[in-house]
Amino acid sequence: MTDLTKLGVAAIRDGVASGAFKAVEVAEAFNTNVAAAKVLNAFIVETPEKAVEAAQAVDADRAAGKPLGKMAGVPIGMKDLFCTEGVQTTAASHILEGFIPQYESTVSANLWRAGAGMLGKLNMDQFAMGSSNETSYFGNVISPWKRGGGDNAALAPGGSSGGSASAIAARLCPAATGTDTGGSIRQPAAFVGISGIKPTYGRCSRWGIVAFASSLDQAGPMARDVRDCAIMLEAMAGFDPKDSTSLDLAVPDWEAALSSDLRGKKVGIPKEYRLDGIDEDIAAMWDNGIAWLKDAGAEIVEISLPHTKYALPAYYIIAPAEASSNLARYDGVRYGLRDLPDGAGLQDMYAATRAAGFGAEVRRRIMIGTYVLSAGFYDAYYTQAQKVRALIARDFEQAWGVCDLILAPTAPSAAFGLGEKTNDPLSMYLNDVFAVPASLAGLPAMSVPGGLSKEGLPLGLQIVGKALDEQGVLNAGLAIEERAGFTAEAEKWW
Amino acid sequence: MSVDKDTVNKIARLSRIAINDEEAEKMVGELNGILAWVEQLGEVDVTGVEPMTAVIPNKTRLRDDIVTDGDMRDKVLANAPAKEGIFFGVPKVIE
Repeated sequence: MTDLTKLGVAAIRDGVASGAFKAVEVAEAFNTNVAAAKVLNAFIVETPEKAVEAAQAVDADRAAGKPLGKMAGVPIGMKDLFCTEGVQTTAASHILEGFIPQYESTVSANLWRAGAGMLGKLNMDQFAMGSSNETSYFGNVISPWKRGGGDNAALAPGGSSGGSASAIAARLCPAATGTDTGGSIRQPAAFVGISGIKPTYGRCSRWGIVAFASSLDQAGPMARDVRDCAIMLEAMAGFDPKDSTSLDLAVPDWEAALSSDLRGKKVGIPKEYRLDGIDEDIAAMWDNGIAWLKDAGAEIVEISLPHTKYALPAYYIIAPAEASSNLARYDGVRYGLRDLPDGAGLQDMYAATRAAGFGAEVRRRIMIGTYVLSAGFYDAYYTQAQKVRALIARDFEQAWGVCDLILAPTAPSAAFGLGEKTNDPLSMYLNDVFAVPASLAGLPAMSVPGGLSKEGLPLGLQIVGKALDEQGVLNAGLAIEERAGFTAEAEKWW
Repeated sequence: MSVDKDTVNKIARLSRIAINDEEAEKMVGELNGILAWVEQLGEVDVTGVEPMTAVIPNKTRLRDDIVTDGDMRDKVLANAPAKEGIFFGVPKVIE
């Protein structure tokens, strides 16, 4: 019998539909892998019974001849940022430890309706603030990857969707949800050699997702290949009246329209992304990506995105500002942690609760956000950042005059070791230098594996598309996937 | 612009985050590092540029003015850390 955990979303869906195997067998196989991989710390809560229950329902539907959903029989991991009714949801923060949502997020509800089942809640950077999964209250997630040559250092799976990345790479789940505020789907996907797409802002409802920076937060799928991402994005996306920024548009049939024929497409290479001192493995992979897209029929053009260097500083004003406002809700009164020192009044209780409940990076960002929004500084920081953001979006608009898609690296390096960057917040922030511009402009962007570094670690190529052109992004991703021939996997040690 | 320890304490107060002396000291360096770095935005010429308000053009929708939810008191209270009967419990605020 084949190892069902080697299968991706499409293969599981098709195998369940054809009767080659039962959904329950798939769920049990992944449950077994999850239970055996605790050392990776990818899950905060495991829900094997939910995975089996959903699978039984799919098997029963099939036996009764009922139509099956897009994700029927596929067990998935759910990032712990999505509220799941009756199952603890913490955003990997102590302040929400023990919080049991009384409602289901729209995206997760869409997935269950499509026939997916839940293996558990995935670890992540606390409140999605981080690029290495080292800010979780529930401990670091470990990447299944190791550098070659007997280097046994534990590596970061990237962040903030680090549990999602690690779990997929280690075959604990065939796919998982991620969220991307400034690269949190794409950078971890790149670090562990899988695919992930952040759709256009507004494609997936934010309702029921613990808020970080609302003008940037966007959910998307992470999976082993482009087709699996297309399938899962179809299941996740869709108009939701409960999210005021949800786009009232039909969800395209992305999977059916997949095509790696890029004839007639122009792909822009932004010259500002060729940073001085760019890692030579990254530069070589980027050149390979260019050659692969040319081979697929695309025309390559050099483009300029002149405000690129200001994207990251603008992001680190806008995201903390929105976070400081969003996270004001954690007050120790309505839900979550309460720390009430002896004799404390209401104000002291708020301050003690928030000091005890938020991790260091979350406190740092709330304070930066509070500062840039405070009287006297608002215009100099926040308004200026939103103007620069408008210029960054305009850069992309102008680029679309000469190209249809943009190709760039996903991250400036391969995965780094846990603990290597934790002492310097700024060097950690720089990890998202290539990912943040598309977030600020709300554009669809995807990471696909592009090769291995000299140490044998995965590297990711990023494709950015026009607003609503997920199809173009997925198609270019597929063209790269077919040519990169990326089959490397982490050698099992866990 | 740079912050000193008094400013850090003030930001912490505004943020409702309790902070001790040692933490405030450390935060001075961290915030100044980050603020010095974001300062470079000041060199961008933004003459005539409107600050972004919506990343993807989208119309604000109106919905019918009718009650669409409610009647879920127990759910609202379910996660309260210190519930008092059918109310949220808080420390005494009036003597």
